[in-house]
Amino acid sequence: MGIAKNDIVLEIKNLNFYYGELQALININLEIKRNTITSIIGPSGCGKSTMLRCINRMNELIDDTRTEGEIFYDGRNIFDSDVDPVKLRRKIGMVFQQPNPFPKNIFDNVAYGPKMYGTRNRQKLREIVEISLKKAALWDEVKDRLLDKSLSLSGGQQQRLCIARTLAVEPDIILMDEPASSLDPIATMRIEQLLREVTDDYTIIIVTNNMQQASRISEYTAFINAKERRSGFLVEYGRTQDLFIKPQMKQTEDYISGRFG
Amino acid sequence: MKPREQYMESLRQLKNEIMKMGILVEEALSKAMKALTELDSDLAESVITEDMMINRMEIEIEDRSIALIATEQPVAGDLRHVITGMRIVTQLERMGDHAVHIAKSTLRFECKAFKKPLIDISKMAELCISMHREVLSAFMDEDEIRARNLVDLDDEVDSLHEKVQRDMFTGMVEDESFLSQALQLTYISRYLERFADHITNISEWIIYGKTGNHVDLNG
Amino acid sequence: MNQAKLEKRAMLNQESFLSSKNDNIKSEWIKGRIFLLICIVSILFGILSLAALLIYVFWDALGWLNWQFITSTPSRFASKAGIFPMLMGSGFIIMLVALFSLPLGVGTAVYLEEYAPKNLFKKFIEINISNLAGVPSIVYGLLGLGLFVSFLDLTHGTILVGALTLTLRILPVVIVTSQEAIKAVPVSHRRASIGLGTTKWQMIRSVVLPESVPGIMTGMILALAVAMGETAPLIMIGAATSIFTAPRNIHSSFSSLPLQIFAWSDFPGEGFRHGVTPAAIVVLLVILMIMNGAAIYIRHRFSRDKN
Repeated sequence: MGIAKNDIVLEIKNLNFYYGELQALININLEIKRNTITSIIGPSGCGKSTMLRCINRMNELIDDTRTEGEIFYDGRNIFDSDVDPVKLRRKIGMVFQQPNPFPKNIFDNVAYGPKMYGTRNRQKLREIVEISLKKAALWDEVKDRLLDKSLSLSGGQQQRLCIARTLAVEPDIILMDEPASSLDPIATMRIEQLLREVTDDYTIIIVTNNMQQASRISEYTAFINAKERRSGFLVEYGRTQDLFIKPQMKQTEDYISGRFG
Repeated sequence: MKPREQYMESLRQLKNEIMKMGILVEEALSKAMKALTELDSDLAESVITEDMMINRMEIEIEDRSIALIATEQPVAGDLRHVITGMRIVTQLERMGDHAVHIAKSTLRFECKAFKKPLIDISKMAELCISMHREVLSAFMDEDEIRARNLVDLDDEVDSLHEKVQRDMFTGMVEDESFLSQALQLTYISRYLERFADHITNISEWIIYGKTGNHVDLNG
Repeated sequence: MNQAKLEKRAMLNQESFLSSKNDNIKSEWIKGRIFLLICIVSILFGILSLAALLIYVFWDALGWLNWQFITSTPSRFASKAGIFPMLMGSGFIIMLVALFSLPLGVGTAVYLEEYAPKNLFKKFIEINISNLAGVPSIVYGLLGLGLFVSFLDLTHGTILVGALTLTLRILPVVIVTSQEAIKAVPVSHRRASIGLGTTKWQMIRSVVLPESVPGIMTGMILALAVAMGETAPLIMIGAATSIFTAPRNIHSSFSSLPLQIFAWSDFPGEGFRHGVTPAAIVVLLVILMIMNGAAIYIRHRFSRDKN
């Protein structure tokens, strides 16, 4: 796809994933470029969220699952037995579909990760909280009420708080599972704007059901389709512009033009 | 019911409208040529007034395309086809203008007969009309190969145009009274040549609409 | 508009839909009223009998319940009798029960909810725990007697044995309510923590336990209220029904408020049956109500924080 080798931050090779008997992912191969936004689109149930959760090994928390294949990150296969998933998740953060701030105050939500990593210094925590909230474009709205409950915020603010919480632990890659699906258009646009602004420092992989969102924010797009019940396979992967102007595959064309079924 | 049935229907209607406009342009050229050969100034006048319709259609189709883009957000092939449609109507509108120019030139003829029959120019017009029919059906069928093949016919038109120019030049030198007539016929030949160029432009857009690749057929 | 639509509209115009009598709304309305009446009668039965009981007890206790009654030891004379040693015994025991059952109950609940593999064995244990919560309390008394007095050779009738026995009695309730509280912590919060790169223990300590504390506390208080009112197991392990000194340490003999009530209710004499007994009952009821009130307050606070 014309991506220089050293620009690749994550390399997914022959990834297969099973929920018990059901094969949810079939032989996925993807190369994710550093400091870009990559969208993963596909019909619901095609396994795009499952693929995302393979990358930070969150799937392992689900009983009766099996992963085959390799994902190379930082020169290592993340499935190697000596890779600690906890350590991996400190580098590959995740933002979820529903905003899920802890029922703690705003400050403690953002400071949660650093505290868990052992930062005790109050001054240092305050700096981290401020920087993270600024990056997440939430600082101006909450700077005077950092000790308010996180649940007093609006849905969009809560999601930005969750993004700030993830940014606070300085990840390398951020996985986002439909982060704006429960938000109104204005809140969605703010999140999208914020994602564009943080790509200098982070690589973002975003699963979205909103194709316009994928085409608006991402440089690269992967289309995953499902065959036979719910087995996802990669149909097409490339620059977002190419995919939305002249997709190579008929399936992609049909899906993005809304002609499925 | 299939998903996005209304949308698909709008796309089809858009295409039909473009076809209708194309047929109007063809009629305009045929009429203009008939008016020329028969030196029928009434017919020439009607070509000029009927061009209003073509111009109105261009605006209508453009508005519908823009509305479709705004409301349905076409992507990929659909997007390319909508954009292609908008480009094509621009070409068609200009082709209509060329028919008008030919009609206006006809009105400027002061004499009641040609010095010699219009063989090459008629041939050019015939070529233009068959090219135009071909390009419309290639558009209808989204057939980029037929669109591409039109280049050969365009080359013929071009060489005929050169021949007409040469003939007129020698004619002008031989007979000074022929000057005004020759000048108008040169113009008309030029309009026909431009007409054919627009057809190749349409071909280019048909190819883009089908493949997403830009090509240059006039080069 | 097509023909069918026009005909339908014309038909609707003939008779107003809203004035039509042709439906079952009226009869269903009557059925609904009858059902409501049954419900009201049911609830009145409960409320009225409880009110009667309370009025009866409070009326008797009037004049007997005073500061001297709270601070005195029992006596042969109803007018001099008090409940101080039993109050202290109950308090001492409840504190110990809380101390024992909190770590045991929460520990078990955390293990079952967070660590235990989801298999048949876990299910088996859970079903057994639920069943244990329904075992008659006298059986726990027997268990306590057999386990702590006969087998472990502890002195019968002491605070320690009483507390251990009551711990056994309420442990299933504590475990089940703690499990419920832990289950109520949203999966999304756990995922958020794990996704930030925390270990399981960090997740439990910083997310699950803080969020389930109100639920655990509520269950704990309600279970302790049950322990507070227990009589039969304490009789089984040989607790005194009446005692003249407050317990000093965990090895002291003791009596508890319900035991004293049980004893007094059997005494001859109007002063005991219609004086000190109701007065002690009122004290016990007030304590239980305060405990239940505390549980309701915590639950209320919790649900308000959630939203």
